[in-house]
Amino acid sequence: MITELPISGSEILLRMLLLEGVECVFGYPGGSVLYIYDAMHGNPDFRHILTRHEQGAIHAADGYARSTGKVGVCLATSGPGATNLVTGIATAHMDSVPLVVITGNVPTDLIGTDSFQEADIVGITQPITKHNFFVRNVEDLARTIREAFYIAQSGRKGPVLVDIPKDVSAAVTKFSYPEQLLVRDLTPREQVDTPTQIESLLAALRASEKPLILAGGGIVYSGASDALIEFVKRTEIPIVTSLLGLGGYPSEGPLWLGMPGMHGTYAANQALIQCDLLLSIGARFDDRVTMKLDQFAPHARIAHIDIDAAEIGKLVPTSIAICGDAKDILLRMNRFLTDPLQVKRSWVDHVMAMKREFPLSYEDSEEVLKPQYVIEMISRTTNGEAIITTDVGQHQMWTAQYYRFKHPRSLITSGGLGTMGFGFPSAIGAQIGNPGKIIVSINGDGGMQMCAQELAICAIDRIPVKIVILNNETLGMIKQWQELIYDKRYSHIDLSGSPDFVKLANAYGVPAGRATTKEEAEKLWQEALSSPGPFLIDFVIAKDELVYPMVPQGAGLQEMIVGGKPR
Amino acid sequence: MISAKQHISVLVRNDPGVLQRVSGLFSRRSYNIDSITVGVSEKENLSRMTVVANGDDDQIRQLCNQLRKLIDVIHVEHLSNRPAVARELLLVKLISDPATKAEMNSIVQTFRCSIIDVGMHSIIVQVIGDREKNDAFLQLIRPYGILEITRTGETAMARG
Repeated sequence: MITELPISGSEILLRMLLLEGVECVFGYPGGSVLYIYDAMHGNPDFRHILTRHEQGAIHAADGYARSTGKVGVCLATSGPGATNLVTGIATAHMDSVPLVVITGNVPTDLIGTDSFQEADIVGITQPITKHNFFVRNVEDLARTIREAFYIAQSGRKGPVLVDIPKDVSAAVTKFSYPEQLLVRDLTPREQVDTPTQIESLLAALRASEKPLILAGGGIVYSGASDALIEFVKRTEIPIVTSLLGLGGYPSEGPLWLGMPGMHGTYAANQALIQCDLLLSIGARFDDRVTMKLDQFAPHARIAHIDIDAAEIGKLVPTSIAICGDAKDILLRMNRFLTDPLQVKRSWVDHVMAMKREFPLSYEDSEEVLKPQYVIEMISRTTNGEAIITTDVGQHQMWTAQYYRFKHPRSLITSGGLGTMGFGFPSAIGAQIGNPGKIIVSINGDGGMQMCAQELAICAIDRIPVKIVILNNETLGMIKQWQELIYDKRYSHIDLSGSPDFVKLANAYGVPAGRATTKEEAEKLWQEALSSPGPFLIDFVIAKDELVYPMVPQGAGLQEMIVGGKPR
Repeated sequence: MISAKQHISVLVRNDPGVLQRVSGLFSRRSYNIDSITVGVSEKENLSRMTVVANGDDDQIRQLCNQLRKLIDVIHVEHLSNRPAVARELLLVKLISDPATKAEMNSIVQTFRCSIIDVGMHSIIVQVIGDREKNDAFLQLIRPYGILEITRTGETAMARG
C-alpha cells in the first residue's frame, strides 16, 4: 500500500495506529506533539480521550488493556508530559500489561541541549519498559510503530515506548506499510525438553499425596481460564489464585481455596504450607504471596509453568520447569489426561474442611458501615458480572477477599507496583473497552485524591463508571501497619479535611451520594446501578477496621494474625 | 555451588543505547559484573559483548535468561560451560629508570609483552593475556613504579 502523495510523520502515526486496530487513544497535548494533534483535527476515525493529567491517560490505557486483552495506547508531549507517564509505565511493566506509549520530543537538532521541555524519556524508561524506541527518521516511523505493537503483545506482554521528535512528526514521506520487521522473532519457542517436562509433571502429580495449584496473572493473560477449569475438574487438585489471578479460576469453583499470601485465606496459606507438590502456573512467587521465602512451601517440590524463562527458578528452586504459554501447556496436559488423576480424597477433604471451618469473616455492625459489607453488597448485586478496578490499600484487599470474581479480566488492580491513583482512571479505560459492562471502581479516600481530576472526562464523555469510595478518613493500610507493627505510633495518616467527595463529584457534573448506614448504602447503590451515567458514592465506613488475616512482612505464611474475635 | 568467574558472550544489535540496556540490567538486578567489552562482530549490524560475571550456576543461568529478554539481544552463550579462550589487553605506564631498566625488560620478555611507547621518563607496556596473567604481570612490575593502568576487560570466544 503506497500512497500517491507524501504524508507527514503524524499522519503515518495515526494511520498505523488505526491499522493496528486501536479504538481509542488516551492523551494530553503539548508543544512537541502539536503536529500529531493537528493530524487528529478533523479525523473522525480517530477517537481520542483528553484526560486531565498524563497519569490519568496511562492508567486509563492500562485499564483498557487489562480488561480487553488488547494493546492500550496513550500519548503525551515531551519533558513533563512524558515524565508524568513514568508511574503508569512502571505499573504496566510490573504486571505485564501490553501498552504502546507515544511521546513527543523536542526536534532532533535540539536533543541533548537541555532545551525547553526536553527529557531523556528513553533513558528514563529503559528499566520499566519491555523495550523503547527513539525514532530518528520519518522513514523508520511506520515500521517502529508496528514493531512496538508486536513487542508489546508477544511472549510476556509489556509496555513499549516510542519517542518521536517534533521534526520527525512534521517530516513528510511516502507511506508504505512496513511488511518487514527488524525485531527478532519473539514468539515463545518450544523448548526441547517441554514434552518430557510435561510427562514428568504429570507423573509427579500422580505420585503426589498433597498437590496444589497456584494460578497467577499468566492464566488471565494467556486466556487459559477454560483450560485451567478443565484441568482442575479432571485432576481434582485444590487451587489458590494470586491477586492478579483472581477471576482466572472462578471463586465458585469447588476446589478454590482463595487468595494466598499476606492477606490470604487460612485455607490457601495452610495448603501452601502443607502441600508436597506445588504447581505454579503464570505466577511469579511475589513476596506478598510467599512471605518469608525460606519458609515458603517447605514440604513441596516446585513445578513452574511460565512464559518467561527468567521467572523460573528466580526465587524458588524449581524441580520441574516448563517454559511456555499457560493455555498451550494446559491444553496439552488435558489431552494427556486420558485416565483421571485421582488426588487422595483425604487431602482434598482436609483442605476443603479448612476452607469451611476458617472462612474469611468480619464483625458486622448495624451502627457503622463495614467495608466488607459494602464489597459483599457490590458482589451480590452485580452477581460477579461487573469489571472491578481498585486502587491500592485496605479497600483493594477487601475487594480481593469479598468480591466473588467469576471471570478472567474482571479484576483490574495494580498488583506488582501497588500504584495509588490507579483505580479510578483505569476504570475509565475499562469502560471504553467494555461499553456494555458495569464497571465499578473501588477506591480509598487517599487514592481517589491522586487522580480525582478525571471525574471531568466521566462527565464530559459520559463514561458510566460507578465510583465507590470506602472513606475512613485515613490512609488505612498504613494506619494498619503503624497500629500492628509500630505500636500505634500513627504518623501522617490522617486524611480528615479531605474534600466533600459528593460536592467534588457534583462540581465536575457527576451525580453522587453519601452512605453511612446499610440502608443508605443499598439504596444509593441501586440508584447508581440504575443510573445511565457515571455515579459516585462516598461510603463512610468504620474508621478502625483492619484487613485480616494478615501475615506481617518478614514472617512466614504460618504466622498469621487472624484478628478480630478468635475463631 | 561455588561462585566463580564466568564468561558470557552476547550477540546484540548495534543500536544506540544497547550497551546501556545491558549494563542497566546488571545494575538494577544487582548482578556482580567484573567487566563488559563490546565490538563489532562478523555479522553486519551486530556487535558481540563479552560479560565477565561472578556467580554460581543458578545465578548465571538467571543472568543469561534476563539478557535473552532484551529485544536487542540476539543470542546469549555461557562460555564457561565449554572450552573457551579469554584475553584482555592491559596498558601500563611505568617509570623509566636506567637503574632498573634491565630487570624490567626481562619481566617484559618473560610475559611476552611489548613496549609500545618510550618517553623521557616513562614507558608504556602492552600486555595481552587472560586476567590472571595480567594480574601476575602487574604484581611483578609494581615495585618498579606504576604511573597509570588501563585494562579492557576480557573478551572471549569458544574453542573449535
